[in-house]
Amino acid sequence: MYAVEYQKAKSAADASGLIAKSGGRALAGGQSLIGAMKLRLAQPGTLVDLAGIPELAGIRVESGTLSIGAMTRHADVAGSADVKRTIPALAALAEGIGDRQVRNMGTIGGSLANNDPAADWPAAVLALGATVITHQRRIGASDFFKGMYETALAADEIITAVSFPVPRKAAYVKFPNPASRFALVGVFVAQLADGSARVAVTGAAPSVFRAASVEAALAKAFTPDAAKAAHVDAAGLSSDLHASAAYRAHLIPVIAARAVAAA
Amino acid sequence: MGANESGYIGQSLRRKEDRRFLTGAGQYTDDVTLPHQTHAYFLRSPHAHARIRSIDTSKAAKAPGVVAIYTGADLEGVGGLPCGWLITSVDGTPMKEPPHPVLAKGKVRHVGDQVALVVAETRIQAKDAAELIEVDYDVLPAVTHPVDALAPGAPQIHDEAPGNHCYTWALGDKAAVDAAFAKAAHVTKLDLVNNRLIPNAIEPRAAVASHSASDDSYTLYVTSQNPHVERLLMAAFVLGLPEHKLRVIAPDVGGGFGSKIYLYAEETALVWASKRVGRPIKWVAERSESFLTDAHGRDHVTHAELALDKDGKFLAMRVNTTAAMGAYLSTFASCIPTILYATLLAGQYTTPAIHCEVKAAFTNTAPVDAYRGAGRPEATYVVERIVRQAGVEMGIAQDEIRRRNFIRSFPYQTPVALTYDTGNYDATLDGANELADVKGFAARKAEAAKRGKLRGLGYSSYIEACGLAPSNIAGALGARAGLFEAGQVRVNPTGSVTVFTGSHSHGQGHETTFAQIVATRLGIPVDNVDVVHGDTGRIAFGMGTYGSRSLAVGGTAIVKALDKIVGKGKKIAAHLLEAAESDIEFADGKFTVAGTDRSKTFGEIALTAYVPHNYPLDKLEPGLDETAFYDPTNFTYPAGTHICEVEIDPDTGVVQVVKFSACDDFGNIVNPMIVEGQVHGGLTQGIGQALLEGCIYDRESGQLLTGSYMDYAMPRADDVPSYQVSTRVTPCTVNPLGTKGCGEAGAIGSPPALINAVLDALAPAGVTKLDMPATPHRVWQAIQSAKAAS
Ligand SMILES: Cc1cc2nc3c(=O)[nH]c(=O)nc-3n(C[C@H](O)[C@H](O)[C@H](O)COP(=O)(O)OP(=O)(O)OC[C@H]3O[C@@H](n4cnc5c(N)ncnc54)[C@H](O)[C@@H]3O)c2cc1C
Repeated sequence: MYAVEYQKAKSAADASGLIAKSGGRALAGGQSLIGAMKLRLAQPGTLVDLAGIPELAGIRVESGTLSIGAMTRHADVAGSADVKRTIPALAALAEGIGDRQVRNMGTIGGSLANNDPAADWPAAVLALGATVITHQRRIGASDFFKGMYETALAADEIITAVSFPVPRKAAYVKFPNPASRFALVGVFVAQLADGSARVAVTGAAPSVFRAASVEAALAKAFTPDAAKAAHVDAAGLSSDLHASAAYRAHLIPVIAARAVAAA
Repeated sequence: MGANESGYIGQSLRRKEDRRFLTGAGQYTDDVTLPHQTHAYFLRSPHAHARIRSIDTSKAAKAPGVVAIYTGADLEGVGGLPCGWLITSVDGTPMKEPPHPVLAKGKVRHVGDQVALVVAETRIQAKDAAELIEVDYDVLPAVTHPVDALAPGAPQIHDEAPGNHCYTWALGDKAAVDAAFAKAAHVTKLDLVNNRLIPNAIEPRAAVASHSASDDSYTLYVTSQNPHVERLLMAAFVLGLPEHKLRVIAPDVGGGFGSKIYLYAEETALVWASKRVGRPIKWVAERSESFLTDAHGRDHVTHAELALDKDGKFLAMRVNTTAAMGAYLSTFASCIPTILYATLLAGQYTTPAIHCEVKAAFTNTAPVDAYRGAGRPEATYVVERIVRQAGVEMGIAQDEIRRRNFIRSFPYQTPVALTYDTGNYDATLDGANELADVKGFAARKAEAAKRGKLRGLGYSSYIEACGLAPSNIAGALGARAGLFEAGQVRVNPTGSVTVFTGSHSHGQGHETTFAQIVATRLGIPVDNVDVVHGDTGRIAFGMGTYGSRSLAVGGTAIVKALDKIVGKGKKIAAHLLEAAESDIEFADGKFTVAGTDRSKTFGEIALTAYVPHNYPLDKLEPGLDETAFYDPTNFTYPAGTHICEVEIDPDTGVVQVVKFSACDDFGNIVNPMIVEGQVHGGLTQGIGQALLEGCIYDRESGQLLTGSYMDYAMPRADDVPSYQVSTRVTPCTVNPLGTKGCGEAGAIGSPPALINAVLDALAPAGVTKLDMPATPHRVWQAIQSAKAAS
């Protein structure tokens, strides 16, 4: 790691200002950023710590939506009675992230801002049609994820919370990469309040995406068999050491079916 | 815990070392901080193969905190790292031994090859400065796969090794094998890859070197499994120092698995530089460096053939292997795919004729050397995979084909140079069958099928050669060192005992096991015995810990020293008791005049030895402190049967190891708990190789693609089942302890058991071919290819 300046922000707007002024980066749980800095792959001159900013904290349930503050740790989502009551799939997703240390430090806001191609949270946000709230605006899920490690956020824009509409039912199943245990293919399925089926896939492409063929199949019948029978094209999917595009294409309906069964 | 009739032998005493390890009181190399210490960072090659046109360190030298920067050009008069085993090719020529420079000279030959040493006030400053060194590389084509490396036109890695050929070595009677194949009723053929592994000890390699100007001597703290060998090689072969001027200390070491046997460039450079800098220097590998530069394991490509008669009796075996050496010959690299491999190809079977040819190739990768099992897992994988396939092809049950070929009379001379002293292979096969509930397997398979899952059962009846080794035999086979062990027993005046052993402990529990032996033999409480290891300044000599040799060889050296202690004690007792020495018996901590109740306790004798007021000073020296060196007369031969049961999800290709049963014969056992722990660890490493692990270099660029835990899959607790283990005992006849060794058996027996189980499960899907590791992707692909072919 190179030497770095550390600053602590008092509010989201303060953090944004400090980042704009220093050209630095926000620090949330550090579970992606610090690792990248140790490997000297990231070298921000200044870190602006978001810990302790009141407006980024807390989990709230309000008329049909579940709102999770950006600095909420994965472990706190996993253990939240409100989350388990309203959208238990999110608690289960959070429980499946990394290991205990990672879950105790890593945050939902950090995960979304990072948009790792194999991260779990993006699948939930896209499948549920959630809204990413920043200190300046509200960004719909379908506009938020722009590509590998790319989002709609401006360099000095701070996520304050994510607002999830409560679905009829939902589930997330992750098929882990045997080495990293990030998603080789992760599928979040949901039947939204209006009855529509949404399926988001992570780990299989440069960025999270909706599996149209699986959604179409589930629109007819929200059953595991329907999901499994769907065909997913391998074009555009990732091919790497751990899985070919063809294998990932095969896995998507298989894992989607398991998610539907769990929903 | 107190001693029973057989003393502490056979008791699962809690490990003496656990308190310090579990409370964070262990002292590892990185815990050593010397006054005025500096820090080192090695600039490494980003290329797999390149000529170095120039190195400019001028900017780096001016960076904050920099104390010194050295490159290959500075190491004038420093030798290359030596290889400890000379293999002679079939044409009579010695293996090719190209120079292995401490810092690159002229060329780099693998990603991670060390190019410059930067010494600075802090580790970060050294690393920052290294980034300012300008190296002008002329990048050359690279070759990383051993078969590619030997192909015509492959990039030439060393001028001294044309065609990247290190040696072509063979063992066995080729004519007899050819004749047996000519009359065989059935021939089974198999192509195999033994996947390259990265050791991944939890503690990365580290060193702290210092020089004392007052007597021109050096002290090196280093993560080593064998500090004396490290000293010998570094002092005599590389730096040209007299050995008494170099003290090597290997304090607590967090795992080795072979990777810390070798003399590495980093600690050598540090010792050399410590005198020039005039201050101590510390280096601790980053995890990425461990991936790139710890010596790797395995990496074989093999074609094997087994000839059988109509009843499934093995007539002959033919094996051709290409083995990777990596970019340079590591300390024992050359003997692993030869002496420790081909000699084990008889397995537990009476195969009368075996011939094995091994071609060794240089590749643009990290060096390859011994890794838990070292050659024997590779041999077992060949034998047990081909035996399974022969059974399948001939319609003979898996346990039956093994039984039809078991060796049952001992000693047994194999056609590949070894003489097995003793064993009972039926007993361990029966034991494994019981543990695995083989009888109930059909029902479990049917139940799994109802859930859409494929179940399979796989056997592996392994043998290994441990207790390295009779020095004369090793010498005749090319070893450039002896393979004895040293032990010293120092009885202190008040009767407590300090044991000094050349067998380093880095997870094996020697401090407990050796103490159990000493306490039992001397009839004293185990808490009165402390075991010291890992310091050339305190221990007479040592060849170190590898090849499951510690108890069989190191333990025996201690027993020999104990015999001398008891012998001298008898003389002292005879004097005190005014009896003839031949009438003195020693048992339960007492020297007694035979047939009387006149006796002296061990403590009284010890005190007399150090306060020799009433003592035969004319005949006997005072003191009670004895050293013994022990050179074994044969290897030892642990053996057993492992049975793996897997369940495969054909939709995803995921293999779950649902049951793993191991029945092993390690000879006599001193501490069953420690042995069980060794087996669990070994099994997990073997399952890691078979299910998850695989080091992959890009075949074009030579970049390491599995350079972190993001891509290199280590086994985790939930990847393995709760093991079923048991032992059967045929005492080893080679050493007085009757012990064989247990450290590697798990890693040797388990990979073929697992792959055989996977192939058994996939047989209904038409799959006949599968290489390790059986990852979900690979298993799924095998199912798809079988579907496409049918
Ligand atoms: C061993 C390990 C295993 C892991 N396994 C998984 C896994 O299985 N699944 C998974 O999804 N993830 C996994 N992760 C990643 C983990 O979830 C991280 O916590 C997460 O990706 C980043 O969150 P963070 O709070 O740690 O963010 P940080 O690392 O602090 O920051 C990440 C990036 O987001 C930016 N940022 C952070 N917060 C905000 C904000 N509020 N507004 C704007 N920008 C912000 C930072 O500037 C930085 O660029 C793993 C990580 C590790 C180390």
